[in-house]
This record gives sequence, structure tokens and C-alpha cells, in this order.
Amino acid sequence: MTQPQAGWQSTLASTVLLAGTLLTQATAAPDFGLEKVAEGIYVHRGQQQDATAANGGDIANIGYIVGDRCVAVIDSGGSLAIGTALRDAIRRAAAKPVCYLIHTHVHPDHSFGDAAFKDPATVFVAHGEYPAALAARRDGFLAKLESTLGAAADGSGSASPTLLVSDRETLDLGNRRLRLQAWPTAHTNNDLTVLDERTQTLWTGDLLFVDRIPVVDGRALGWLKVMAALRALKPAHLIPGHGPAQHDADIAFGPQQQYLDQLVSSVRAALKARSTLAQTVDTLGNQPPQKAWLLFNDYHRRNVTAVYTELEWED
Amino acid sequence: MFLFQYWQRVALAGLIAAFAPQVFAAPADPAPQASAAPIWPKVRNSLFGTRAIDENAGEIIVLEAPNRAEDASTVPIAIRTKIAQSPTRYVQKLYLLVDNNPSPIAAVFELTPDSGRADIETRIRIEQYTDVRAIAELNDGSLYMASHYVKASGGCSAPAGKDPKEALRNAGRIKFRVDGPLEAGKPAAVQLAISHPNASGLVLDQVSRLYEPAYYVRKLSVRYGDKLVLSADIDFSISENPNFRFYFLPSGDGALHADVVDTKDLSFSSEVAFKLGGVASTTR
Repeated sequence: MTQPQAGWQSTLASTVLLAGTLLTQATAAPDFGLEKVAEGIYVHRGQQQDATAANGGDIANIGYIVGDRCVAVIDSGGSLAIGTALRDAIRRAAAKPVCYLIHTHVHPDHSFGDAAFKDPATVFVAHGEYPAALAARRDGFLAKLESTLGAAADGSGSASPTLLVSDRETLDLGNRRLRLQAWPTAHTNNDLTVLDERTQTLWTGDLLFVDRIPVVDGRALGWLKVMAALRALKPAHLIPGHGPAQHDADIAFGPQQQYLDQLVSSVRAALKARSTLAQTVDTLGNQPPQKAWLLFNDYHRRNVTAVYTELEWED
Repeated sequence: MFLFQYWQRVALAGLIAAFAPQVFAAPADPAPQASAAPIWPKVRNSLFGTRAIDENAGEIIVLEAPNRAEDASTVPIAIRTKIAQSPTRYVQKLYLLVDNNPSPIAAVFELTPDSGRADIETRIRIEQYTDVRAIAELNDGSLYMASHYVKASGGCSAPAGKDPKEALRNAGRIKFRVDGPLEAGKPAAVQLAISHPNASGLVLDQVSRLYEPAYYVRKLSVRYGDKLVLSADIDFSISENPNFRFYFLPSGDGALHADVVDTKDLSFSSEVAFKLGGVASTTR
């Protein structure tokens, strides 16, 4: 009887806790769908879809961290409208200036709301490889957004960063230090993470996908190494680029690790068997996933292609 | 997406300047219309004039390509021809065209009877929905075309290099392989992979002020002793790390020699020796 009783108590306890959380959120009047992940850290969760006219490009997680002196915004969202909604929500919630806009990487769903934060007092921060990656993609990303959103894309676009991080950087928001780290090529060649020292919350950008299939736009092997380094940080909370916030790094990274490990080993086997790229995409591209990833059919074959071209040079 | 404006401004402008005094606007919507792509008549006229092209030539030439470009930077395609490379009748040239890439002529291959079989596999960049065309020119001058409509993928797929610095560091490395067992007089498969950014570069980006010149492989040739097996003029519509699978006709033990020249006039070469009956031989 001891076991069920203990379970009962803990269920009761979590119900009380849950009620408390809901109450806090209700009094804080969540605005623009912003969720509090840890003290002073708020996230707006994008939809687990590709950008469409219906979702307005609101598909990535974006948000902010509040210090005593000012606010750091992390990613600006997939359009000017989304960036503006985040900016206005911050103005209503925190009467402090935005001193930094930090970009986790170059993809447009994370950075097309930049114009909303254009202000002499706001420093745009990004990875050292970000400007070149952006220059190579800017026009194409914009054309794509315009074809998806039409006039709703007006004013959207990524701005050039003014503070580049090639290794590590610490930013102080006033009694709140953020540790930024620029990583070698992983999800992209310009991934930048943000660790809030106070709450040990790690903002991963797209180095972590939760529920939505990870996309290799850099190197799978590099990504696996970076994931190991991120897990070793033992963050208390993790905010992925896509999907719900996490509170255990091993649980958070587990499925992604499994997916990439599997991708690497199956592509290596295909290369060893002298399977061509087209044959490999045909074979592995149609294998059912171990986990039911969202958007699997949209990105898995692409990942097979990317990993094949990465690994064919490895020996 | 990749450097599309650049392609338009430079590559397409170059083509148009050379062949037609007319400027094309980029389709604002990447949606279909490829079979009516306005560039094809211009390219056709520039390459073949008014010569007849058999467009219903499935018994001569087939083009394999995916219906959708999964990774726009790396779309595998295969050109397969169905006539023997005999000294009296053989495929002399294969043209690979990507209508809606602003540099539509991706590659022009030259083949000989010593190629054994006029089949080529490679990978191309595809930005927008487009027709891809393969045209075989026989030694008698007759022309045969196969085409395949390819949809560009959405999302953050972009034909830009994933790690340009790494690509630059490795430029010039070559993997060259002959697949055995080899028999005299029987076409044998060869793979030539060239590590190279093969990029169109960047025009001055107005915001970042970054500038990078185009840097790509422009010519390659493969010889078997003094016999030409394959040569090609290519450009940056061919993917990063240009990769070619083709054939040659072995007549005895020997070696294949590859020469590659890029737009900085740097040349790279590689040789692979093989024996009849031997298994795969690799050099890099």
C-alpha cells in the first residue's frame, strides 16, 4: 500500500504545483503566446509546420531574457509581423530597452523579423560565419518568403549583425550574464547558443529539434559532436529551435541523437556497398522512421542526401 | 534561392548578352510554367540553331531525375543512352541543361567510341521549378532530347554551400575509381569525384559588403593512354564537389588519367591504374 499512496501524494502535489503555475501564468497575462520557461525567460513557440500563408511564417521558437538593465531577444521570427508582435509584447511586459538581438543561426524562420528591432540601442549579435552565409542566401530566402506570404512578407528580412562571436562571448543584461558560444559546423555553419548563467537555461537554436525532424544544413558528424558538448553543459532547461521547452538534456537530445546516429550509420553502409546517391536516397529515404517525426516526408530524403555527400569524402 | 539574384545579374546576363538582346525578369513565383520557360528557345537557338531535335527519343536517350529536388544543392541525375558506341555510330556530345538556372548550360560532355557507353551520372544545383534537359548529339550530327521536370524543394533548402570554408580548404582533392572486374572490350564504370566549392561566388552584397568571385571547375578530361574517354565543359550548375560516373572501354591493363582545370586556372590531376580481371582500383 505504500507505493500507491506515495504515487497519490505526488500526483496531488503536482496538481497543486500545476494549479500554481497556471495561476502565475494567468496573472502574468501571457501575451503573444509567450510562455515562461524559467525566471525572466519567455518563449513564443512557433508552429510545427513549414511556412505557409496560413501560419504567416510563425514556425520557429523565439523569445527573450530580462535582466536588471535591459532585455536580450533571441531570434526575431519568420516575418516582420512576428518580430513586431514579439517586440510589442516585450514592451508591454518589461519596461526595459532591448540591448541585444541574438541570432541562433541564419535560417529565415528565425531572423526575418529583424526590422522590428532596428534601434541604435540594440546590438545585433551572431556567429562569425553568419554574414557570409546570409549574403549567400538573403535574396533567395526573401524570394521564397514573398512567394509564400505575398504582401504579408513586406518589410521582412534579416539584418546584418554588428557583434560577431567566433568563439565565446559574455553579455551582461544587468545582474544577468549570458554566455554565448559559437560552434563549428553542425546544424549550419553558424550555430550560436545562449546560456543564461542564473537559471542555467540553454537556448539551443536549431541545434535541438524536438518532435520536428532535425534538418542537416551543415554536417551530421559535426552536429553529433556539438550535441555531446551541449549535453555536457547539463543545462537545467533547454529551449529548442522547434518544439516544447525541455528540462532534461539527455531526454531532450535523445531522439535527435538516435536519428542522426542512425542516418550516419545507414549512409556509411550504403557507401560501403557502393550505392549511388540516387539509389541511397531511394532506399533510405523510404525507410520508416524509428520515431514518428513531424515533417519526416519533407526533410528525411534531403537529410540522406546531405549526409551522403558529407560522408563520401570521409575515408 | 541560392544567389539567385546574382545568377540573374551575372550569369543570365552573360548568356543573354551573348545570344539575345533581351532581358528576362525572374519569375516572382517559383511555381511551374517550366515547360514554357522562355530561356529554352534562346538556349536551343544558341547551341543548335535551326537543326531538328528529336524530342520523342526514348529509344536513344533517357534522363533520370527526381520529381522533387530534395536538397536543392545536390540533385542526382543520370543520362542514359541506348546505342552502342561503335566507331561508325556513337554519341559524340551530351548537353545537360537546366532551364531555370540562370546559367542554364550546366555541362557539355564530349565522348568517343572509347567511352564504351555514353552514360553519365552527376549532381546539379536546382533553384526553381524547372525542366532539366539532356540532349545527345551523334557523330552524324543528329540530335535527341530527353527532359524531366523537377520541382525545387521548400523550407530552408538552398543550393548554397553548407560549409564554404571547408570546401575551399579541400579544393583539388580527387577520388578516382574504376569498378572491376574488368574485361577487355566490355564497358567499365568509372567514378571521378573532385573536391571543389564549384560556386558562383557572390557579387558585392549591398548590406554586408561581402564580395567573393566565382570559383568553379570549368574543364575536365579523362584519357586512357592517348585515347580520350570523356571531356567536359562545366559550370556552377554542377553541385559542389563535382561528381561524375561514366564508362570507358578497357582493352588491356593500363591506367586512366584525369585532368581538371578551375576558374583560377589551377589544375589538378589524378591517375588510376587497373588490371583486367582485377577488382576495383582507387586513387585520390
